[in-house]
Amino acid sequence: MIDWLPLFLSLRLALVTTAVLLVLGIPLAWWLTRNGPRWKVIVETIISLPMVLPPSVLGFYLLLTFSPSGPLGRLLDHWLDIRLVFTFPGLVVASIFYSLPFMINPLLAGFRQIPPDIHEAARTLGKTESTILFRVLLPNMRASLITGAVLTLAHTIGEFGVVMMIGGNIPGETKVASVAIYDEVQSGNYPLASRYALILLALSFSILLTVYLINRRYNKTIL
Amino acid sequence: MSSPITPTTSGATTFLQFQAAKTLHTAHGPQQLDLSFQLKKGDILALYGPSGAGKTTILRILAGLTHPTTGHIQTENEIWLDTSRKLDLPTRHRSIGFVFQDFALFPHLSVRQQLEFALPPKADTRIIAELLEMMELEALQNQKPAALSGGQQQRVALARAIARRPRLLLLDEPLSALDDEMRSKLQDFILKAHQHYDLTTILVSHHLPEIFRLASEVIVLEKGRIQKKGKVADVFHQDKASDKFKATGEIIDITTIDVACIISVLSGNSTIKIVVTPAEAALLHIGQKIIVTSQTFNPIILPI
Repeated sequence: MIDWLPLFLSLRLALVTTAVLLVLGIPLAWWLTRNGPRWKVIVETIISLPMVLPPSVLGFYLLLTFSPSGPLGRLLDHWLDIRLVFTFPGLVVASIFYSLPFMINPLLAGFRQIPPDIHEAARTLGKTESTILFRVLLPNMRASLITGAVLTLAHTIGEFGVVMMIGGNIPGETKVASVAIYDEVQSGNYPLASRYALILLALSFSILLTVYLINRRYNKTIL
Repeated sequence: MSSPITPTTSGATTFLQFQAAKTLHTAHGPQQLDLSFQLKKGDILALYGPSGAGKTTILRILAGLTHPTTGHIQTENEIWLDTSRKLDLPTRHRSIGFVFQDFALFPHLSVRQQLEFALPPKADTRIIAELLEMMELEALQNQKPAALSGGQQQRVALARAIARRPRLLLLDEPLSALDDEMRSKLQDFILKAHQHYDLTTILVSHHLPEIFRLASEVIVLEKGRIQKKGKVADVFHQDKASDKFKATGEIIDITTIDVACIISVLSGNSTIKIVVTPAEAALLHIGQKIIVTSQTFNPIILPI
């Protein structure tokens, strides 16, 4: 019988990560697109690093940082009683770093495709920057918001290396679907591994299909 | 040069005092913008000059969208900019309406929603219906900008700029994208709105007929500096003052008699009749503003 727990855990991790990244990503991307210091390009580079870095490298550094013997891990452990190694919250934090470019890059593209005079026109109408963000900019980049959210969701469901490094393989806590597949293959249980694999394949396919369908629709109506 | 827009002018109060300097990065390399002018309440001032002269930059500095190196902007009793005191009122606190060259309408809002968005909180919402009617947009009020023609978009941009009841209206070549017939109609809308809403208006234009039609004052800019300023008719006519006879007027009648046409031009309080060929007459129409100059023989008619 298939154990649904890893799949639910993957989905839960992906949804929480996406929600957090939407809240963090919108102000971050907005800040990056505004004129400002030149070193912003360094921030942009760091954000995109997880796209090219082997997940195990990212996982390794996160493990060092969050480990109770590491400086940040010790602080969190001592003052807040939070442990980020081999726990679900740790997976969420790791996923936020890991999936950050998949949220930020579509949002950056979204902000940049809005002509600057649209923003300026709103300013000449007496609007504050937050009103402009929520009532002018975000409504005109719905396709980017949806793309960012859906790609983050899909990418987080598919993560493996980072999870292995920082989450391990604790059933119900850190054993997500991708790890479960590896686990089943290791123990020679190919039929179960193939079920997990098939479900993940179908899920990823439908998520990407949704992105492309949405982009096609918005390209017709808005741009 | 004595200028009608100096503070010594008696009568109407000075509405705006503007002074700014900034280095512009143009296609022809860096260029210094450095000028000052004043404007009376209710005036329509045209900024005229070649592209890259700094016309749009002046509007942007007034709106607080571009920041000059040094500058001072004062309207009636409010200081918008004073670089010597590091004072720079944010755009949203300046009482302006800005019509952008390409209109900058919000793609996701209908015509009515654009105006509603522009309205300050607690403002009287009746102005929306009033503007929709004045700009003849009632039938289009639920359309999105993408469904509108250039002329319709321009009217929406104008209505949106006026909805918050600004004191200063800034128009950046608002009619450059339109054909002549549409231009003329929209000039009427601009004049109507200017009068009805008690505005003071600055308009960037390099279209002389538009300036004659709309503006009372003009500043001719070249390479970031004021070349000439004053009443429109004074500024543009003194160039051709070597002609023996010259009159400005409006065509009030065109009559064809046999092989010639007689054009009646109202200039001041008198009517001038000029005989022209039908071919010349075909280029003119009733209501057009023209300059008639006469050398020894033939009168020369220049549309303005």
